Amino acid sequence: MLRISKPLIILFAIVWSLAGSAFAQSADVRSIIAEFATTKSFKQVEAVVEKLGATSDPVAAPALRALSDGKLKYRKSDGSVFITVEGSAGLSLIDPVSGEKVDSSSAASSDFKKVKVKNSLRRKIAAVLSGMTLQSKSATRRLAGAKTIFETSDASALEALDAALTNEENAEVKEVFLDARASAILASDRTERAKLDAVDRLAARGDRAALSLLSKFSASTDGALKEKIDGAMTSVAAGQAVWANAQNIWYGVSLGSVLLLAAIGLAITFGVMGVINMAHGEMVMLGAYTTFVVQQFVAAFAPGLTTYALLFALPLAFLVSGAVGLVMERGLIRHLYGRPLETLLATWGVSLILQQTVRTIFGATNREVSNPSWMSGAFEVGQMSITWNRLWIVLFAMAVFATLYFIINRTSLGLDMRAVTQNRRMAGAMGIRTSWVDALTFGLGSGIAGIAGVALSQIGNVSPNLGQSYIIDSFLVVVFGGVGNLWGTLVGAMSLGILNKFMEPYAGAVLGKVIILVLIILFIQKRPRGLFALKGRAVET
Amino acid sequence: MITKTGLSPSAGLGKATRIFIGIILVAAIVVPLLNITLPADNTFHIPDYLVALLGKFLCYAMLAVSLNLVWGYCGILSLGHGAFFALGGYAMGMYLMRQIGTRGVYGNPVLPDFMVFLNYKELPWFWYGFDQFWFMALMVILVPGILAFVFGWLAFRSRVSGVYLSIITQAMTYALLLAFFRNDMGFGGNNGLTDFKDILGFNIQTRETRATLFALSALFLALYLFVTAYMAASRFGKLLMATRDSEARTRFLGYRPEKVKLFVWTLSAIMGGIAGALYVPQVGIINPGEFAPANSIEIVIWTAVGGRGTIIGPVIGAFFVNGGKSLFTGWFPEFWLFVLGPLFVFTTLYLPKGIVGTTTEFWQKLRAKPAEILPEAPPQAAE
Amino acid sequence: MSLQVTSSVLYLDDVSVSFDGFKAINNLSLVLEPGEMRAIIGPNGAGKTTMMDIITGKTKPDSGDVYFNGNVDVTRYDESAIATMGIGRKFQKPTVFENHTVEDNLLLAMSGMQTIKSMLFGGRTHDEQERIDEVLTTTRLNTRRNDLAANLSHGQKQWLEIGMLLAQDPKLLLVDEPVAGMTDSETEETARLLREIAEDHAVVVVEHDMDFIRDLDVKVTCLHEGSVLAEGSLDSVSSDQRVIDVYLGR
Repeated sequence: MLRISKPLIILFAIVWSLAGSAFAQSADVRSIIAEFATTKSFKQVEAVVEKLGATSDPVAAPALRALSDGKLKYRKSDGSVFITVEGSAGLSLIDPVSGEKVDSSSAASSDFKKVKVKNSLRRKIAAVLSGMTLQSKSATRRLAGAKTIFETSDASALEALDAALTNEENAEVKEVFLDARASAILASDRTERAKLDAVDRLAARGDRAALSLLSKFSASTDGALKEKIDGAMTSVAAGQAVWANAQNIWYGVSLGSVLLLAAIGLAITFGVMGVINMAHGEMVMLGAYTTFVVQQFVAAFAPGLTTYALLFALPLAFLVSGAVGLVMERGLIRHLYGRPLETLLATWGVSLILQQTVRTIFGATNREVSNPSWMSGAFEVGQMSITWNRLWIVLFAMAVFATLYFIINRTSLGLDMRAVTQNRRMAGAMGIRTSWVDALTFGLGSGIAGIAGVALSQIGNVSPNLGQSYIIDSFLVVVFGGVGNLWGTLVGAMSLGILNKFMEPYAGAVLGKVIILVLIILFIQKRPRGLFALKGRAVET
Repeated sequence: MITKTGLSPSAGLGKATRIFIGIILVAAIVVPLLNITLPADNTFHIPDYLVALLGKFLCYAMLAVSLNLVWGYCGILSLGHGAFFALGGYAMGMYLMRQIGTRGVYGNPVLPDFMVFLNYKELPWFWYGFDQFWFMALMVILVPGILAFVFGWLAFRSRVSGVYLSIITQAMTYALLLAFFRNDMGFGGNNGLTDFKDILGFNIQTRETRATLFALSALFLALYLFVTAYMAASRFGKLLMATRDSEARTRFLGYRPEKVKLFVWTLSAIMGGIAGALYVPQVGIINPGEFAPANSIEIVIWTAVGGRGTIIGPVIGAFFVNGGKSLFTGWFPEFWLFVLGPLFVFTTLYLPKGIVGTTTEFWQKLRAKPAEILPEAPPQAAE
Repeated sequence: MSLQVTSSVLYLDDVSVSFDGFKAINNLSLVLEPGEMRAIIGPNGAGKTTMMDIITGKTKPDSGDVYFNGNVDVTRYDESAIATMGIGRKFQKPTVFENHTVEDNLLLAMSGMQTIKSMLFGGRTHDEQERIDEVLTTTRLNTRRNDLAANLSHGQKQWLEIGMLLAQDPKLLLVDEPVAGMTDSETEETARLLREIAEDHAVVVVEHDMDFIRDLDVKVTCLHEGSVLAEGSLDSVSSDQRVIDVYLGR
């Protein structure tokens, strides 16, 4: 059906390209078209259409299309058939076979009669047309033709299809032809054996379209064939459910990556220093605004590099947010160690200041951060659709996770950080400058938040409230995953993301989120220290 | 050396508290009187808007006093106390909606306007009974109370404390925020409940009704302060503070801190709910915005600025911060956050005991001075 | 009728507990007779504090039996219940309610079983006041009764905490490092205090200070890596070759 909406001009171009090979038959086509003038009923029109289809001659296509559009008319006086175009001075006439304009400057509408057409006939025409396009030189056209047959299960196209199959060399097109053939066979009067094979073919396809075709035939058949079809439907439906789950998991992983990016910096600062940074969301927001500024800057001074603006933004965002974090730690948080609740309040104050600052500079409205070309669009895997920006964010989140994991487990800063996490006093006694570790940790956590902001600017609005919308979720990830263990954050973020996406179809986005919040609140009762908690004597003191 | 500070138990029903409660009680009578009886051009006349504003502040102060009970005396930092306030407010709002009757835009005798608009065929079950004042009053207590009880029972039993507890209280109010924003929850969606007409048959717009609500708020605030002071001085209050300072120790003495916390937490939630119920008729609207986590954190800062763990501190803080906000947003509406943000920072860094705690400490030092002249008592127990 | 498992006041049999693979207590067995005072020694990490955590319900053992008063399986109860049964504990780091007066600390210690209602509306009884005065005299804190606990010296805090134990009046007292950070005279005084208490209570004392333990003059148990290494009089334990090896780190 897609083809109908395409401009006529394309059709003409295709016809033109085929004209050479098809010329021999065109006389035949002309005479059949002329028969339209003698039709009295829809049935007779349909007979002529089928005749045209039987010629398999693409030359007939424009006439058929015109018929479908109600533009095929014949002159009452001599019964010659034309494609007509309504103009201000009356009708202009086009020859239905050659496609040339007929010199007949003032044709009055009243001299012509329209060849009758109705919707069922239009469907017929579409199927016949697609049968013709099966022999087209353009693979795209052939595919489209086959798809139409597949969708309409047009048994009358079977012969054209068989003919086309023997000539077809393109493997991809051939597969689609075979699908179309299976669909057509089910609607035809071919043998039960062939139909059973056709069901197998459709079942192997396994998508939603196959399922709807099968259910269509299930109703109109009986006996062994019906059983076969119903069996196939069950297996296709099961396969569908698997794909739907896979898609949901993908959405969940994608949301989980966003949560991971937003929460992982928080997990580090909370894990190592035991402080809750309520301004963490604002660090993310600063990263997003840095991206905006970099993009504006690049667009203004180096338009050629626009595609790479994000890459410049990454280190800058890390530096901006990291620097703000360092200043916060040195100027504020270090005076409040051992008083986690006060730290929470003070950092909330900082978050208000940062929000208002950004609002004053950039305004309260959303800022547009554009996706570079390599992040827009989508592609399909099996029956899942995957957008590039989500895929990049998932990969990016994993990269950030891996980098942090490396820093914490393989570098001396990481060693110091782990030491301080496990026993601050002892680490101090061992000569680790705990205050220095704190400052670096906080800077690192904030910097990570900044680069999370770069990523988040690609999938959502950049506004002064950006951080607020992520902060509560981030807390929940950290609390759920447990502190002092990056894996906890990863597992926490992913499970919350996936759970969220699986709840949505049943409960709706908002209620789903409410349910998740309630579940987490209940979970914390069971595991007050999260999934991956440290154990032992040191923990509770 | 730690001196007896605002955080100490001995504050009890001290002289300062008694004077302060007295002032509130006097205001409960004098403010409405000056508003109603004096002509507008009299110097001592209190204009309507000021009565409304002060009435609002009184409700905020009630809320801060409730929060102080759990945070100041028991160390539970709730970042979700706004939820209890809003729930109490919604209960009152539902009652007021049902009092509108046929006077609504759509003239439906039973369904509030927003329900007619959303094609409700009949009243949702949870709206039953809200046409009765007594039922509403009961719900104002029960709904926040039961929510707090269930939440607290789960949380305290499994020893969720500190920042973890704070975060899940925040999640609690956030979940309610999202839920109440939904239209099909049946609470008016993001518009909330408004266009109230009358309460117990009195027109809500008249000066007399408003003055009465003001006086009621002041009376309740005085009652709250009395409850706080009484509790702080009781043996239970001592246990409360002991739980705050060293929960594990109380457990090894055979106490059940989870029960102690649950009691005071539930009581505090109910107090917050009543504050919300008094607030709604005075401001004329309740919407899901009241559940916003930011609102709940603001309550914390009122309490912190005034002085947590002191009896009158939260009241001072609520009036100070909200008064500042009213003045400041009048001058530079854009920049209030530039004041509020630093206020958080300043208070936590330099004024951890708040205005009242710091002042008390200062006074005690002044008074303690003469005593220092006396020779130090000889070292004990070292004979 | 519950089954009397043993006649002892405290009975630990084959108790083990581990944290993330580290065995803090390893097949520990210990028996304390009614009215007995026992001193526990052992190097750092020997499991002394973890043992107390198990007895008071703070930590649940992975395996093994812990019985109090002959037939009460304490592993089935939590801290509050165990405290109510009559096991009192003094922490390694003095833990008193710093924002309360000395007297209020004692008051809180003795009213553990009260209901919220009675605590809200009830006053202080004459008996309670007498008991407080008695404990204050025993612990020599009479003159500091109205001072905030935060303002006491380190030694006084230790005594206050022992005083709180007395006010609690448990059958068994667990005392963790009572003389850490005390002057010599304070240490002597504490030993006297503990001996006095031991007259009518069972007591377990964990200490590093050997002079103090000698002063107590009781049976000594030496722990090492979560198990009992040696048991007996201080002299016999301190002459045990394995104990010497452990202390000297061989």
